[in-house]
Amino acid sequence: MIKLEHVTKIYPDGTEAVKKFSLEIKKGEFCILLGPSGCGKTTSMKMINRLVTMTSGKIYIDQVDVMRLDPNELRRGIGYAIQNIGLFPHLTVEENIATVPMLKKWPKTRQRARAEELLELVGMNPKIFLERYPSELSGGQQQRVGVARCLGADPPILLMDEPFGAIDPITRGKLQDEFLKIQSKIKKTIAFVTHDINEAIKMGDKIALMQEGKLVQFNDPATLLNSPKNEFVRNFVGADRVLKGLRLYRARDIMQDPPLKVKVGDNPAKVRNRMKRNMLKWSMLVDGQNHFLGWITYADLEKAKSLREIMVPPAVTTAPETLLNEAMSMMFNSAIGNLAVIDDQEHLLGVLTFDIIRNILGKENSGNQKRFGGSKQ
Amino acid sequence: MRKHIILGLLLGILLGLTIWMTSLGSVGIFKMAPPMKVLSATVRHLQIVGAAELLAITIGIPIGFLSTRRACRFISPVLIGTANVGQTVPTLAFIGIAGAVLGMGYKAAVIALLVYAMLPIIRNTYAGIRSVDPAVKEAARGMGMSMLQVTVKVEMRLAMPIILAGIRTSMVVNVGTAAIAGMIGSGGLGELIVTGIAVRVTQLILQGAAPTAALAIILDALIGGVETWVTPRGLKALKSAQWQQ
Repeated sequence: MIKLEHVTKIYPDGTEAVKKFSLEIKKGEFCILLGPSGCGKTTSMKMINRLVTMTSGKIYIDQVDVMRLDPNELRRGIGYAIQNIGLFPHLTVEENIATVPMLKKWPKTRQRARAEELLELVGMNPKIFLERYPSELSGGQQQRVGVARCLGADPPILLMDEPFGAIDPITRGKLQDEFLKIQSKIKKTIAFVTHDINEAIKMGDKIALMQEGKLVQFNDPATLLNSPKNEFVRNFVGADRVLKGLRLYRARDIMQDPPLKVKVGDNPAKVRNRMKRNMLKWSMLVDGQNHFLGWITYADLEKAKSLREIMVPPAVTTAPETLLNEAMSMMFNSAIGNLAVIDDQEHLLGVLTFDIIRNILGKENSGNQKRFGGSKQ
Repeated sequence: MRKHIILGLLLGILLGLTIWMTSLGSVGIFKMAPPMKVLSATVRHLQIVGAAELLAITIGIPIGFLSTRRACRFISPVLIGTANVGQTVPTLAFIGIAGAVLGMGYKAAVIALLVYAMLPIIRNTYAGIRSVDPAVKEAARGMGMSMLQVTVKVEMRLAMPIILAGIRTSMVVNVGTAAIAGMIGSGGLGELIVTGIAVRVTQLILQGAAPTAALAIILDALIGGVETWVTPRGLKALKSAQWQQ
């Protein structure tokens, strides 16, 4: 647990970078420090491991005042990753990752085992990369090593300053996904600095939005998007904040059962009657093993001899893990405006429609701020 | 590879020239220096260069390093400026002044050489330490390295190739400067040259000049070797990657 109490930083030239900033990050929580450049988010983070000395206030880590600890010992117990990575160019990947274990004087064999383990965790083959030098790696690989290095001695707390900042958007998205997966396993307490609202929404359990050294709003991402506290927050999250909220869900969280599921062998006339009774414009066609085949529309049923001949095959389908913003743009590509959710064996799991999405977003806006459980992994 | 062959050839010519001139015995009424005299002059020459260089390194590196520290930032422009301008003062003038102020002889020569040799070392140490990526230093601090560890394991280590390049420059320049120091009676190979110039005998001049040049080439190659040896492999890869771009 990290606790900041009325922390203030005034630089010698008189600039007040952080003003009476208080924040509590619970154990295992992924907390984002968000804000425009110069809002004091990086300064606040660096005061936690004392790279910046606070002017007044208190910072506690697990009830211990950080000012009472030896700064080097304190830092060795906290993982640290920065935007420019700062890998040691003269050391191999292995030596880079084992920096803190080396400072803590772990035996050599344990250092090597740890480096191997961490390299595997970040998705790099130890056999290939342990002996390489940073200059022989791509930007994305360097970032991965940077992340591995900050986990070096398995610290309970991580401080990360835009660790995915300096790479292309595609690699960044991939690294973010992977890091979330890692975090779900290792459950570290994380203070993560970024100025990117999308990254904040995607990664954070909690977001602390800062402005000119002060904390403006501290909430989970859904609340921040749906009930911005003031004009600044509203502007910062953007006019499309409702659409941004789509990123908080995955298809499996909100998909519904198909209103009507029909089998290949069913009689078209009977199906037509059932649809008429339920006032359905479409139904979904599956085979005997619940494999999704396509859409049946009411209008086509009139002169149909079999369901298969009038079936509209799906232009797109989606997996249950798809983020809702992606799912929604797929729906615009689907002829019927609906999206079938299928698993990797093409079994039909559910369906997404614009109505369902509108309901979800509407509910969020009308004050029901329940975050759907497990939407992050 | 070709560079090595050319250097080896040049070295062979210079050493051959030295032996040839020494074997002449005498030119007209002037006696050439005997082999033992050439050898002792060479040793003396190395003594002057070595002493000056050693002192220059022990003084120059700390000065260069300190001028990168924040506390010394205010004097570092003056220091580095002096180092740069000092380099443009002709060696001859420098040695003349040293001889006049400190009296003729070995000591004056070493001091003149020391001041002169210090300049590239200060400059390169400063540049080398400044060239270390601030992100690397920040990461090192952030992971809990002490100030001393950051200095020794990161800053000095990464600056080492550049510092050595400074030492190499100053060493080569010093071999030449030490020859001029022969004029203020320091001994060494300069003495042979100065005598040769005074009596206008080319062979005598060559007898001192050829081994001086050979010495410069040998020392340059030697430190060049050390330089490659201490350059971290990761930095070499970096360099070759930059070349390929």
